[in-house]
Amino acid sequence: MRRTLQSSKLAMRALAVLGALILLVPAPALAKTEIHFWHAMTGQLGDAVNELVKQFNESQGNYEVKPLRKGTYPETLTAAIAAYRQKSAPHIVQVFEVGTQTMMLSGAVLPVYQLMKEQEIKVDWKDFIAPVVGYYSKDGNLYSMPFNSSTPILYYNKDAFQKAGLDPSKPPQTWKQVEDYGKKLIASGAAKCGFSTGWPSWTMVENMHAWHDQPFATKRNGFDGLDVQLLINKELGVKHLGQLAAWQKDNVYSYGGRAGTADPKFVSGECGMYIQSSALIGGFTKGVKFQWATGQLPHWGAPYPKATSIIGGATLWVMKGKPAAENRGTALFLKFISDTNQQMWWHVTTGYLAISNSAVKNLETGYHFKRNPDQFTAFAQLTKGKATPNSQGLRLGNFVQIRDVIEGEMENIFAGKKTAKQGLDDAVAKSNDMLKEFAAQNKQ
Amino acid sequence: MSAVGATRVEVAGVRAREALAPRKRPVNRHALVVHALLVSCIAVVAFPLYYAFIISTQDLQQVVQRPPRLLPSTHLWENYVEAWRKANMGRMLVNSAVMAVTVAVGKITISMLSAFAIVYFSFRGRMLCFWMIFITLMLPVPVRLMSTFEVVGTLGWLNSYQGLTIPLMASATATFLFRQFYLTIPNEMAEAAQLDGAGPLRFLWSFLLPLSWANIAALFVVLFIFGWNQYLWPLMITNTEAMRTVVIGLEGLIPRSGTELPTWNLIMAGAMMALLPPVAIIIFMQRWFVKGLVESEK
Amino acid sequence: MKRTVFKNRWLPYLLVLPQMAVTVVFFFWPALKSFQLSLFRVSPFGDKMTFVGLDNFSKLLGDPEYYASVVNSFVFAGGVTVISVAAALVASGLATQKIRGLAAYRTLLLWPYGIAPAVAGIIFLFIFHPSYGVLPYFLSFVTSYEFNWLLKGWVAMTLVIAATAWTHLGYNIAFYIAGLLAIPASVMEAADVDGAGPIRRFTAIMFPLVSPITFYLVVLNMVFAFFESFGVIDAVTKGGPGQDTQIMVYKLYKDGFIGLNLGSSGAQSVILMAMVIGLTVLQFRFAERKVTYS
Repeated sequence: MRRTLQSSKLAMRALAVLGALILLVPAPALAKTEIHFWHAMTGQLGDAVNELVKQFNESQGNYEVKPLRKGTYPETLTAAIAAYRQKSAPHIVQVFEVGTQTMMLSGAVLPVYQLMKEQEIKVDWKDFIAPVVGYYSKDGNLYSMPFNSSTPILYYNKDAFQKAGLDPSKPPQTWKQVEDYGKKLIASGAAKCGFSTGWPSWTMVENMHAWHDQPFATKRNGFDGLDVQLLINKELGVKHLGQLAAWQKDNVYSYGGRAGTADPKFVSGECGMYIQSSALIGGFTKGVKFQWATGQLPHWGAPYPKATSIIGGATLWVMKGKPAAENRGTALFLKFISDTNQQMWWHVTTGYLAISNSAVKNLETGYHFKRNPDQFTAFAQLTKGKATPNSQGLRLGNFVQIRDVIEGEMENIFAGKKTAKQGLDDAVAKSNDMLKEFAAQNKQ
Repeated sequence: MSAVGATRVEVAGVRAREALAPRKRPVNRHALVVHALLVSCIAVVAFPLYYAFIISTQDLQQVVQRPPRLLPSTHLWENYVEAWRKANMGRMLVNSAVMAVTVAVGKITISMLSAFAIVYFSFRGRMLCFWMIFITLMLPVPVRLMSTFEVVGTLGWLNSYQGLTIPLMASATATFLFRQFYLTIPNEMAEAAQLDGAGPLRFLWSFLLPLSWANIAALFVVLFIFGWNQYLWPLMITNTEAMRTVVIGLEGLIPRSGTELPTWNLIMAGAMMALLPPVAIIIFMQRWFVKGLVESEK
Repeated sequence: MKRTVFKNRWLPYLLVLPQMAVTVVFFFWPALKSFQLSLFRVSPFGDKMTFVGLDNFSKLLGDPEYYASVVNSFVFAGGVTVISVAAALVASGLATQKIRGLAAYRTLLLWPYGIAPAVAGIIFLFIFHPSYGVLPYFLSFVTSYEFNWLLKGWVAMTLVIAATAWTHLGYNIAFYIAGLLAIPASVMEAADVDGAGPIRRFTAIMFPLVSPITFYLVVLNMVFAFFESFGVIDAVTKGGPGQDTQIMVYKLYKDGFIGLNLGSSGAQSVILMAMVIGLTVLQFRFAERKVTYS
């Protein structure tokens, strides 16, 4: 009896080992074509990218997209350029919006509309929302696939508003109201400062000009040619930055640094209002302990008209020089991420804008916006306003450095080292030099 | 692991207390003052690391809270696990270790051979070689980054361990240390070796090498840390997650796109993990390090 | 005194070959390429290159921002060197006194050396942050002055100097400890007998005896801070506010790597290398002189 049990146990074990060995032997599989996708997303956004890619890889069996966080936006772009020159570029590169002109004139990219045409994949270009598409198209054709786009909006601390005797359901709509509310917040002790900003050039210079229907640069903000000059040292620019510098003195405005360095000012409750990318909604939902809501960007009112804001973020560019078989995979992936379902998923997961009208409509009918009204603020600001030539976006060469120059001069202005006029004049002079340099580089 | 810092401060405190405790000899006031000063030095020097450790044990809300908390909180385990997972630390630690050790060993080897040749031989082009090697001290990495990348690409070494390590061996610090050291070795040794009929390689192996161990150990520490802490070059040259190093993984935890709130507690946890191996190497090889420098300064 | 040399013909060439190969391929070749770029206007993707002669250089030399970066480099390097070397000397002096627990103290002083500069920068960013940093918080109890390094250039410069000096400390302390330990005990005992107090011992004996080390460290720290250490600046201030913490190496990195202006960064490399050569030749002359009379 015992011996039979023992030997059957042995047999079982042998079978188990055999079974495991069989599983280890790889089944003859078709080698999947690899598509390399370099991006700059970190943290939770990086997780979302990986998840999106996983969805694509699992939806079909011929192509495998391999995402790689290559660094920050500038590092990713530089690496892609270096790799391209070595003929080892990835298939897809995520490039920030300020690199658009560089990519467009590089001769190293395969425009998205052309890719889809070659691969005979039908894309409803008209379905994409106008402000996003406008930024990245030339002659009506889309060059790069919009991926993570956002626009700046106003965040405000409802609890602090309550304490200051302000109506927590009414965000300020004019800059005068911002000043008023800011002073009340400080006076009541509800906050230490009125408001702060992220991405200073993007929110306070680029977007303010678009929002007030003022030109940022000549030649329709650079869309119409390379011999461009900046126009930010005119009336609106000087008025707005001058006012910010004045407000800085009594903490109605508190400068918090470039990029997202000022985020903690809002999160910690130090400032009652905050102007930053709509993409932060997700992060704030998780990290902010008080009640908050959003509103559109404040406006100066007459005599400036109200147009729309402009987008920021990045898009996906396809690199030239890959065989058609691989391009097919690239095209399929780009089509996948622009489909309505994926658009909705991406928006809900990351807070970035959904870029197609169908996706927006579905989100509306699905009560997503009713449940998350803050998400709708950005859409409304971008699409419900009046689209004018000044609010289509910006297309400038050497834009990375130009933004750096503008932010440097803003810091000089806020620190009281220069007046708004002086600082802006200097910024314009330096930027115009860079624009001239870029034009010369690309004349041949 | 991360408690090492705290334990060492404790040890120093205990020793300080020992010195203060009544003993057979009268209490040495001078020693007291020195201990006090040293402890305050260490407090200043070690505070940043201590604070980083504290943050790595908190959750996000506690991190931005004011007044700031200066004592460890309870989230140590989950933060470290999360940071490990997110940055794929395991593989990266291996890559960093391979890179750092390879760079250190490689550099030490080629430098020792060159220094030996320059000091103990007289050949045409000796001074030219010397100055050519010398010049490599003069152009920092960021300057030649892009061009080096092209060269490596031409060699077909992109995304490989060779591409990762060999370009980092192209500088002269080790060669100089060895040269200085060999210059201080008395002539008599070389003469004696020649009289004995020993060839130059024999001399190197049996005489110079044993004398150089302290130097080699010191250099190993310096070069290991140099290799371990590289960021820009590994970032450029690696194209797959499998090849990336710890410092890159750490940078990946820091959202730079400005549209996401940084998870500082995870970042500090990652930073602690990234700095433990170099600090461990320093601690363990500290004796050799100091000894090696004493020898070379003679 | 003539050195004894070995008489082989081919062996020395074989011995230097590995290092020379690596040096030529991975240093000279890329460096020459960078220099070549300085004479051209290059498009980011490298497909268009136009010869512009010394245009890049004249643009740089006519740019007040470039001179500002030179000044910033000297201020930065000077600050880092003075603080780091002085602090190291004091700490090492303390750590070589005749007290118990020396090994532990020494270890504790050496370890910051192991931290990547970028990581150190992030830690200091955290400590100094105007909104949630520990240091501004405690300082606010002492003075109502706002140490806002986002707007005040000198505060930002102080911050990056402090952080960088901190990362150099371990290296300097190691050298000093070694040098102090090498002072013969007899010298110290003689001072004791003479009745010299600890401070007098330090100034009259220890300091002069370690002066060669001091010199070496001063030059090394200067060169490092001038030409290599921008990890902290990149992690914390990114050259800001305005251009107040932009040092030459950082400007070079920004223009070349981020701004993709390879011509200008090539020109900056040439100028930078000329400066380094000058400094290192100087150091070498002095060092050789020091070695002979020590």
